[in-house]
Amino acid sequence: MIQTTQATTLHDCRKAFAETLIALAREDDRIVAVCNDSVGSSNLTAFRAEFPDRMINVGIAEQDLVGVGAGLANGGLIPFVSAAAPFLTGRALEQIKVDVAYSQAHVVLCGQSPGMAYGELGPTHHSIEDLSWLRAVAGLPVAVPADPAQTVAAVRWAAAHPGPSYLRIARFPVPDVTPPGSPFQPGQAIQLTDGNDVTIVAVGTMVSRALAAAEMLRDEGIQARVLNVTFVEPLDTDTILAAAAQTAGIVTAEEATTTGGLGAAVASLTAQHRPAPLRILGVPRSFAPTGSTEFLLEHFGLTAGHIAAAARDIVAHAVR
Amino acid sequence: MLPADPAGARRFVALRARLAPLAPAQAAPALRELASHVRRDDLKMVYRARLGHLGGDFSVTDILVTLYAAVLNVDPMRPLLAERDRLVLSKGHTAGALYTTLAHCGFFARQELDTFAAPQSALNGHPSRTKVPGVETSTGPLGHGFPVAVGMALAARLQGSPRRTFVVLGDGELQEGSNWEAAMTASHYGLSSLFAVVDRNQLQQGARTEETKQLEPLADKWASFGWEVRDVDGHDHAQLLDTFRRPGTARPVAVIARTVKGKGVSFMEDRVEWHHKVPTAEQVHGALKELSP
Repeated sequence: MIQTTQATTLHDCRKAFAETLIALAREDDRIVAVCNDSVGSSNLTAFRAEFPDRMINVGIAEQDLVGVGAGLANGGLIPFVSAAAPFLTGRALEQIKVDVAYSQAHVVLCGQSPGMAYGELGPTHHSIEDLSWLRAVAGLPVAVPADPAQTVAAVRWAAAHPGPSYLRIARFPVPDVTPPGSPFQPGQAIQLTDGNDVTIVAVGTMVSRALAAAEMLRDEGIQARVLNVTFVEPLDTDTILAAAAQTAGIVTAEEATTTGGLGAAVASLTAQHRPAPLRILGVPRSFAPTGSTEFLLEHFGLTAGHIAAAARDIVAHAVR
Repeated sequence: MLPADPAGARRFVALRARLAPLAPAQAAPALRELASHVRRDDLKMVYRARLGHLGGDFSVTDILVTLYAAVLNVDPMRPLLAERDRLVLSKGHTAGALYTTLAHCGFFARQELDTFAAPQSALNGHPSRTKVPGVETSTGPLGHGFPVAVGMALAARLQGSPRRTFVVLGDGELQEGSNWEAAMTASHYGLSSLFAVVDRNQLQQGARTEETKQLEPLADKWASFGWEVRDVDGHDHAQLLDTFRRPGTARPVAVIARTVKGKGVSFMEDRVEWHHKVPTAEQVHGALKELSP
């Protein structure tokens, strides 16, 4: 179990994913699930029980998995192609690029257990490169839901969105962070706290930690603005540029490499349009040592404490 | 997306209607003539663009012409009709043969072929789904079309539709492992509406397939993956038409179409360098003579 700084109830995004997919499938017979022997790890056992014909299992074959998904979309169905994120995005990257994105097929790519959720299973099973890889692919929205409410919204949005998308579904339970009625739209961030001293931009599992960091900072008199941008691509450029202008700088936090994901996107945006001090938190370009998810998040500085320290550093060096 | 060519589409519909009741041998002359026109236009197109893959274009031409002119249930005026049959050209580098065939069938105007590979043309070196009507999925990197075709056939089955799916594969392309993932999936699901047509021209970009990485015994490979295997002369329109018309039974159907790379032009036939060589003006002149209908 992952500890947060406060006693908070934790919730399962995977459960939200599976339940929403079943609810959607009841409403719309175009919804099908496609997996690579990952019925269990994708939490699709109940889906298969209710819709045995609409659960396509291609076996352990990720290139086939994504290609079959594109073909189902061509036939007018709405395939949710679900597999462990490292294999879905790594093994089938060219299928994602050509069959899905370049062909603009309505395929919902569901990366399960991303980041370092597979802890001790090691770097082969970590998916920290996916945000960098997929951000480089044109025409493919990349969404990282932060809690079950956003996971529900993501699944429903992706089913309705006529083109391709990638949803990164967290494995370990997280606190609820999304206010009721929050929008779920590409390029639309959710501002979770007000503050003009410093900004924390986060996605997915890092959002609750960003909020915990903001709480720590508030006790010290630092008002942090926390933004859950949700979509690494397309980014909410207006909101981030406003934060760059209105606060002393930006800390980004993601359970992914720092080479091309959220931090790199924010850096590229601000450097070109509104230069601002930045601290990019994530996994540097290295393979993780052995350890649990919790150990690895601590090891790579992805905790509320580390986020708060980075924010403090920006405030301390601010030229006002 | 390129607009349809209504006049061309009308000619296509008339040709389809004329060929539909004919036995394969009776339909073959018209298919042969259309294939000659397609090869000639393709040759001129590649010469103009200074780019293309004529060797593979000419080995696959008779397959594509037979499918479009006499087999596929498609409507050039309504290329996205839900109940259309699907054709995927997995060997996307032979876009020249596909574009020329599509243009002759009225999916877009033949003049559009003049823009092949020019800046901003819809006709890229490899076919793009979002730009060219009739292109069902973008291809180019090998080993992509087959899994997509399996998905198309699965969709048809889920929807209870009789529509059929054809995927045209290069033989060298079969060295890509993704094809065999797809072959397993198709037979596992018993997709009898799916035809995989192998353009067996024996050559790949650098050398003969059997020198590069042996494919034989190819028919046995398909059979062992659970497919019905049909062996045909890939330049014999009557044989092609007969095999494409005959539905699969319980299993998907692999058609091994024995072809000649560069078919129809003596100095190109079975020569590895014509994978993507561009002819000189003099060579074009000679080739057009040989390709006269």
